[in-house]
Amino acid sequence: MLGEAVIFGTLVGCFYAAVSVGLSVSFGLLDVPQIAHPAFLVVGSYGVYLLAQRNWDPIVAGVVLAPVFFAAGILAYRFYYEVFEKRGTDVGVRGLAFFFGIAFIIEVLLIMGFGVDQRSVDAPYIGSSLELGELRIPIRLLVAFVIALALTGGLSLYLSTTFTGRAIKAVAQDEGALRLMGANPVRIKQWAFGIATATSAIAGAMLIVVSPVDPNLDRVYIGRTFCVVVLAGLGSMGGTLLAGIILGVTESIVLTMFGASWAPAVAFGLLLVVLGVRPQGLLGR
Amino acid sequence: MNRNSTIFWSGAAAALAAALLLVATVRNEYVFFASYVVLQFIVLATAWNILGGYAGYVNFGSSAFFGIGAYTSVVLINYLGAPLPVQILAAAAVSGALGYATGLLTLRLRGIFYSIATVAVAIIIETLIVNWRYVGGSTGIQILRPPATPPFESYTKMLFIVMTLMAIAATAIARYIETSWIGRGLRALRDGEVAAEGCGVPTLKLKLLACTISGALMGAAGAPLAMYQSYIEPVSTFSLNYSMAAVAMPMIGGSSSWIGPVVGAIVLGSIQQIVTVTISNEANVLIVGLILVLFVVAAPSGIVGLASRLSKTRSAPDRL
Repeated sequence: MLGEAVIFGTLVGCFYAAVSVGLSVSFGLLDVPQIAHPAFLVVGSYGVYLLAQRNWDPIVAGVVLAPVFFAAGILAYRFYYEVFEKRGTDVGVRGLAFFFGIAFIIEVLLIMGFGVDQRSVDAPYIGSSLELGELRIPIRLLVAFVIALALTGGLSLYLSTTFTGRAIKAVAQDEGALRLMGANPVRIKQWAFGIATATSAIAGAMLIVVSPVDPNLDRVYIGRTFCVVVLAGLGSMGGTLLAGIILGVTESIVLTMFGASWAPAVAFGLLLVVLGVRPQGLLGR
Repeated sequence: MNRNSTIFWSGAAAALAAALLLVATVRNEYVFFASYVVLQFIVLATAWNILGGYAGYVNFGSSAFFGIGAYTSVVLINYLGAPLPVQILAAAAVSGALGYATGLLTLRLRGIFYSIATVAVAIIIETLIVNWRYVGGSTGIQILRPPATPPFESYTKMLFIVMTLMAIAATAIARYIETSWIGRGLRALRDGEVAAEGCGVPTLKLKLLACTISGALMGAAGAPLAMYQSYIEPVSTFSLNYSMAAVAMPMIGGSSSWIGPVVGAIVLGSIQQIVTVTISNEANVLIVGLILVLFVVAAPSGIVGLASRLSKTRSAPDRL
């Protein structure tokens, strides 16, 4: 029982890490209060759903949507910068209210366009499972697990080895110093926000592969993504994977012991504990 | 009492007199049913603004405080058959304590962590209530209304007057905070927390005080909900739509003074009532979201700010 919960939790946990890496960049590194991140994820899922209706493979659809999301992310950051960051004072309150409003608008538009029913996609790897003795692992989880590792690992490599990636990390550390080095922090942040948003398309594809989606799903994922990012330590990619697994395992243990009705509280509960006990996270900078 | 206070209290008296006149003359129950919601939003928005507007800490989980207030009443009705005033006071105490606890956990961190924590509190409490059979669990519970107390001819009319009194009390409290040393301290820490602390402002104490008062008022606003609906269930009671409205109304009205949330709640609350009835509940949430984003982007000082810029008769305090 417990072993099974741990294995499932680890697989799901890597998936949680992958849906959170975008937030880890936008909130963890860039300090943008991106509370609409989960709503972007769900938009990604619905985009994939539309393409899957035309017999696209969901994962391919997610990858194809990524550049579109990238462009949207750049525009979104540019807008946020012009309206809030550039004007300076009181960014916090208004920026938060702005993204909160955006999340609600996205949610309602999805409800109006698609209804409140759950939507799902079809693919050869959805529905079948791998049998290892007593244990049955759905292939969809394994697919999500592999893509999650690739996405998190890829982003982590990008940030630590490429020139732009290191510039993104630098802007997180000291924006003023970057300006002195002759780099334009706004352009770097805008690029980074684009990347963060682009991951939402791929993560959204995984979301709809792992389970059916509905427009209100973003509310649960506010808890999961922020829990992972805060527990990881803001902006830490390795920590994201570790934090995702901790959340996944905790959730799956609570589920097997107490039942599904307690599930929504696990991520938020863990988040509160982390905020109270170790707000800098596991691998905080 | 200075001139402003005289104006405030005569305005409050006029509002109460108008409400009583309405009760005495209008027979259509729906008027009171709808007005109750708008008044409830005045309390909720005013409560949000004490922390969000004055101190700059954004509460996204108003529904938690509102809902825990409503369910405190449910427990008291079930257990003791407690009368309405007791319910309201108890609800305020419980949600005030929740506000204090949430503040204690997160107020040493940056503002956004407080915001995220409040969402967390909302979802966790909703989950607790869903799993608590005694108060009906996820299916909810019917509440038997007691007969209306004379001189009121119906319970809805009575609740309408009770909510009017609570709205006046809430704005009076917000106004007191705004004009006293508490408000000055909160504004100082909003503009620069380290600087305020350096100047001897007890920032943590002030924030905790604001969290507690704000939470208590939200709980009080939720306390009569079960009686108002004669029924209560967790999903709609803890709906983040309440949180959304509590953020949107002060931002739209203007978050730097007590009048802003009142204006925002009346304008947006009335629009919501009309749209919900004539179009749909989804359209209602969409409109709230759109108006919020529009104001945050284009008119950061809200309707009150726009109005004072138009009239320019007296220079309003610098808002943002």
